[in-house]
Amino acid sequence: MSDTVEVPLHRLAHARAGDKGNRLNVSLICRHPAVYETLASQMTAEAVAAIYASRRPSHVVRYDLPKLHAFNFVLDDALDGGVNASLGLDGHGKSLSFLLLAATVRVKRALLERVNNQPQSMEETKP
Amino acid sequence: MTPRPAKVFIGAGAGFAADRTDAAIPIVRDLAAQEGPRFLIYETLGERTLALSQIERRHHPDRGYNPLLDRFLEPVLADCLRSGIRIVGNFGAANPRAAAARIAALARRLGFATVRIAVVEGDDLTTLLSPEQFAARETGWTLLREKPAIIAANAYLGAAPIAEALAGGAQVVVTGRVADPSLALGPLIHSFGWALDDWQRLAAGTLAGHLLECGSQVTGGYFADPGFKDVPGMDTLGYPIAEIESSGEFVITKPEGTGGLVDRRTVTEQLLYEIHDPAAYLTPDVVLDITDVELAEAGRNRIRVKGARGKERPETLKATVCIDSGLLAEAEISYAGPNAAARARLAIDTVRLRMARRAPGLALRADAIGLVSILGDTAGTSLRQASAEPEDVRIRFAAESMQREPLELLNGEVEALYCAGPAGGGGVRTRITPRLASASCLIERDRVRPTVSFVDQTP
Repeated sequence: MSDTVEVPLHRLAHARAGDKGNRLNVSLICRHPAVYETLASQMTAEAVAAIYASRRPSHVVRYDLPKLHAFNFVLDDALDGGVNASLGLDGHGKSLSFLLLAATVRVKRALLERVNNQPQSMEETKP
Repeated sequence: MTPRPAKVFIGAGAGFAADRTDAAIPIVRDLAAQEGPRFLIYETLGERTLALSQIERRHHPDRGYNPLLDRFLEPVLADCLRSGIRIVGNFGAANPRAAAARIAALARRLGFATVRIAVVEGDDLTTLLSPEQFAARETGWTLLREKPAIIAANAYLGAAPIAEALAGGAQVVVTGRVADPSLALGPLIHSFGWALDDWQRLAAGTLAGHLLECGSQVTGGYFADPGFKDVPGMDTLGYPIAEIESSGEFVITKPEGTGGLVDRRTVTEQLLYEIHDPAAYLTPDVVLDITDVELAEAGRNRIRVKGARGKERPETLKATVCIDSGLLAEAEISYAGPNAAARARLAIDTVRLRMARRAPGLALRADAIGLVSILGDTAGTSLRQASAEPEDVRIRFAAESMQREPLELLNGEVEALYCAGPAGGGGVRTRITPRLASASCLIERDRVRPTVSFVDQTP
């Protein structure tokens, strides 16, 4: 049995997309601090550019926020011109956070078990 | 000199122009029970909203403010006036003065003969700069080089005129375009007496404003993802309240007895919303750095926020310039059951071939809702690669033009599929709507003169 498993990013993190003109930002927030390093090594700016290839971003930057166990991706020219110019249904690109969460990542089996057994926030432990 | 308060309470009653109009009711109920300065803010101006309001004002000189103004304020205005909760909103849009008159009338109707209402103006640059001057100040894009007719041009004002209005005793402050976080920072500058170059505190107040400005986006709204991020009471979401201390540290919470959720996850999502470089979030008031922000649980539905850092405010002010950009046509038709995807694809190919002959050069987008639509691209790459076989596909065509004729041709071609096939196409809907484009400009501060006036003092 391999000691790593492939899981949807959706299980390990959450995300929200925002727009300014033709620029998209997508935050990626770890559900558990312990997966931060794993995501940091796999969700590189290059990997994210590949996930959004059909949007043809001209430039992708990743900003790291270790204290928040989060990343912020900024994708230039990814919105078909932005909300005022796009012919698409979602000109804001609000739904594009879930395109990121559809990606898969490789995680150590032990880490995954640890994360699954520990709630991340106090609220989750309450009924 | 009035003693400085220990804490200031700010609730956010709306996060966008069409937000829930009953959201402020529980906020006002909770704020009314608190001691100290209390404010209710409304953020209702998206990038295009102001241009739409400007168009409305041209047709109706007494309108051009947020069309939901009455519905937002009617349920809470009397309680706010009675309890000393002061209201700050950018719902003035393209006509803050008319909005103020409307609020004064509403207050009279509710039994308040005199209400002190301040109007913040000076954001409207339409007559201050020529099209050439705007074009010279445009960032990134070059929309304005062609010198199109400008519908609206507004600078993002900062918190200072809002603080000035409050110092003048305003019970309600009506603004047009201001930076969203300034709606909260203005009340904090006024209440705590923060200096306009106290970058650390201005950054902290801007962060509070940033977390409040989208309303329920910080309290579990726009967050729910069943099975992954469950949120109770989505139909009764509590909108946020910030309890800010003079140091700038604050707690984000929501009214008692409301739905929604405030935890580290909901706050982190909003913290990074529409942020680019987290070390340099530019506002008219300060440059905010959130890289050292820490969130701590401080009770049920309470998150304590600290660690905002500030740098000196930018030299220039951002302005959004909106121009006419023609018309958008959208036409839809559905296919269902066996082989639906193949029939939908045939319909797309058919319309594309006919439009290439009838309106050459018109860029056409086709989405297949149920197959690929939202996550696709205008070039159609995703749709060509999609292999799913959904039972229900709705095609949507879209095109834009400065002329109506090619767009009517497109809508006509889609409607003609009713008879011309493929088989089983139904539910055609078509529409043509006006389109706006917006450009960003950077304007020298000395060209923008914010003003504060009181409607109860004008004859």
